[in-house]
Amino acid sequence: MLRTPRRLPVVLTGLAVALSVTAACTPAPAPAPVASPGVEPSGDVELWHFFTENEAKTVDAIIADFEAKYPKVHVKIKGGEDDTKVVQAIGAGTGPDVAISYSTDIVGKFCATGGWIDLTPYIERDKVNLDAMPPVVRSYTEFRGKRCAMPFLADAYGFYYNKKLLSDAGFTAPPKTLDELTDMAKKLTVRKPDGTIQRAGFLPLWGFYENSPAHFGPMVGAKWLNGDGTSAVGSDPAWQTLLKWQKDLVDWYGYAQLDKFRATLGDEWSADNAFQKGQVAMAVDGEWRMSQAFLRGQAPTLDFGVAPLPVSDASRYGAGYITGNVIGVSRTAKNPEAAWALVKYLTMDTQAQVKLSNGIRNVPTVTSALTSPDLTADPEFKTFLDIFANPQSGTTPPSAVGPAYQETFQTFLDSYQSGKKTDLAAGLSDVDKQVNQLIKLAG
Amino acid sequence: MSSITLTGDRVRPVLRRGSRHRSWRSRLVVLSFMAPALIGLAVFLGYPLAAAVYFSFTRFSLLNPPEFVGLDNWKYLFSDPLVGQAAYNTLWLTVVMVPARMLAALLTAMLLNAMKRARGLYRVLFYLPALAPPVTSTIAFVLLLKPQTGPVDAFLRTLGIDGPRWFNDPAWAKPALVLLALWGVGDLMIIFVAALLDVPVEQHEAAALDGANAFQRFRYVTLPAINPVIVFAAITGVIGTLQYFTQAAVAASVASNQVTGGGGVSGTFGYPENSMLTYPMWLYTEGFRYNLFGYANVMAVVLFVVSMTVTVVLLKRFRTFIGGDR
Repeated sequence: MLRTPRRLPVVLTGLAVALSVTAACTPAPAPAPVASPGVEPSGDVELWHFFTENEAKTVDAIIADFEAKYPKVHVKIKGGEDDTKVVQAIGAGTGPDVAISYSTDIVGKFCATGGWIDLTPYIERDKVNLDAMPPVVRSYTEFRGKRCAMPFLADAYGFYYNKKLLSDAGFTAPPKTLDELTDMAKKLTVRKPDGTIQRAGFLPLWGFYENSPAHFGPMVGAKWLNGDGTSAVGSDPAWQTLLKWQKDLVDWYGYAQLDKFRATLGDEWSADNAFQKGQVAMAVDGEWRMSQAFLRGQAPTLDFGVAPLPVSDASRYGAGYITGNVIGVSRTAKNPEAAWALVKYLTMDTQAQVKLSNGIRNVPTVTSALTSPDLTADPEFKTFLDIFANPQSGTTPPSAVGPAYQETFQTFLDSYQSGKKTDLAAGLSDVDKQVNQLIKLAG
Repeated sequence: MSSITLTGDRVRPVLRRGSRHRSWRSRLVVLSFMAPALIGLAVFLGYPLAAAVYFSFTRFSLLNPPEFVGLDNWKYLFSDPLVGQAAYNTLWLTVVMVPARMLAALLTAMLLNAMKRARGLYRVLFYLPALAPPVTSTIAFVLLLKPQTGPVDAFLRTLGIDGPRWFNDPAWAKPALVLLALWGVGDLMIIFVAALLDVPVEQHEAAALDGANAFQRFRYVTLPAINPVIVFAAITGVIGTLQYFTQAAVAASVASNQVTGGGGVSGTFGYPENSMLTYPMWLYTEGFRYNLFGYANVMAVVLFVVSMTVTVVLLKRFRTFIGGDR
């Protein structure tokens, strides 16, 4: 009877040792030595990306250009690979040499864990000028001083408006301030005799299509995180300005009415998109919405205009939200030199950036590409290029907990806009506490 | 015959050695036959389970070796603002959806067995929704119930009823998920159909001769006969609902009008207002979205303990009910 308890600690210790030894990841290998300047890259490189269909074909074309420039390098491409697969593969020691991620949310994880290597030694060796990218782009591709990612292409978020509906209501230009937006939203709204909404001038609910605090934050220049990585939403008064404005507009419509109206609208990505169908007159959205895959293909007759986001302070006008795809070299890369050559080509070569932008219809991230005559830029796209280049534009900073700080905030906002929670200051302070707990847990 | 002169004390050890030898051989034979299953259990259940417990005490990112952090992850379980809501939603679904599905499946099976004509056709018709992949059937169901534009809402309007917002209303979202589960009840119904067909007809006849009415025949003949199937349905239903994920995730995505969002379906988890956020969805979010795999393992261990406890309780409860080892 006494034998089992006596053996239990031994068994448990053995089990713990076995588990720690066989834990489902491989320890980070020592970084490969950086070659001397001028060494020509060669060998095979495996690239994983998430693109499919036409966008994947554009990537294939750019890779062909790369192989023509570096004939000793052969690139093996795997499309349709998401972040989860990349993380698992790197953890298992079988990751690709180079991976492109959809979201900047992964940068904190890859930098903090070393899943993607620090590119600084390569950047310094090759004297790559990072100032060729706007500061906001540089900020979302590094974490805690470690540059483990480079920007692949960027997305800029601005303001879409239905020219005909605005014109019919007597407006000749889109709103530049939040007050103007409120005024125009009210005048452009049409209600049925029973009071339900037939058309919303602007649908302000958080969670509707691209309405998120991340995309609206630059309207007021709001700050997400402090320098030490802790949450700043409770201490930055700009958030209160934005949230009070949004809540006032929601209350004017009536939350129940807005929520009911939202439930009747079509899918954001389909031809039934409410802005494309004229059910919503103005909306916040990204430059990619204009592409043939969405607005121009699904609603070719829609007469729309684009502009920077309306702002709380007119001096900030011109700004928008910036984010983008990111690319990095895995720590399991078998050929880091050729991998870096590929990353450098895709992110810093002007012609490659122009060709990628023209094909995928996202914003190029190097300034030389932004001003290149080869860049296809109609007046609408040019607006987004200007938003991208505006120094007041903002982004969501990388964090060790990915998008947790944004989604924790969003959870509170859902309760606040519906009226279930009314104390804004206390709510924001609570968000700070929750986010800081998460960040502490992540280490 | 020297063996005759041996005392009992001397004979017994000889016999014991032989018996022990045979016993070991017999055990080895049994073990060798069971080895494939035992190895499978050890590799695919024992190791992951032990690993989950171990990882729950670590900071773990899938990319680096786990780092021991003591009880930090377990402490966070008590301050996590959404784990309570997620657990409540899952519990609600378990308490309502499992009995509702069992009842609907049993009633449908009884009706089908009682039919005289076209029984086969109706069995197929009722079973068909269960054949649809969960993602497809959920998308279709949410669009059927879509306010204003969905056919269900249009039908209700013809009756003068202003229908609820179903998946868009926090108060109706979980009941709508139950309706979705009832729509696809064919998988369980077909098992009940088979079980009901196995109930001995002579027992029903004997009970009828003794004066038992229809309800009494169901209560004292049918129910005991199909009890093992009820136990099976209850246990698999509870375990399945504790792991409920796909339908709630897809329903939230479709109802929030972001069915094909490039950011991934997990961005809309819980819509509306976390009313459809289930425990496994929150576990997934904490692990794969927020990179907190140590904490996600805490949640996984808790889920396992709850599932195991519920299963044991159900087995004991039903064993008592069926009166023995049936």
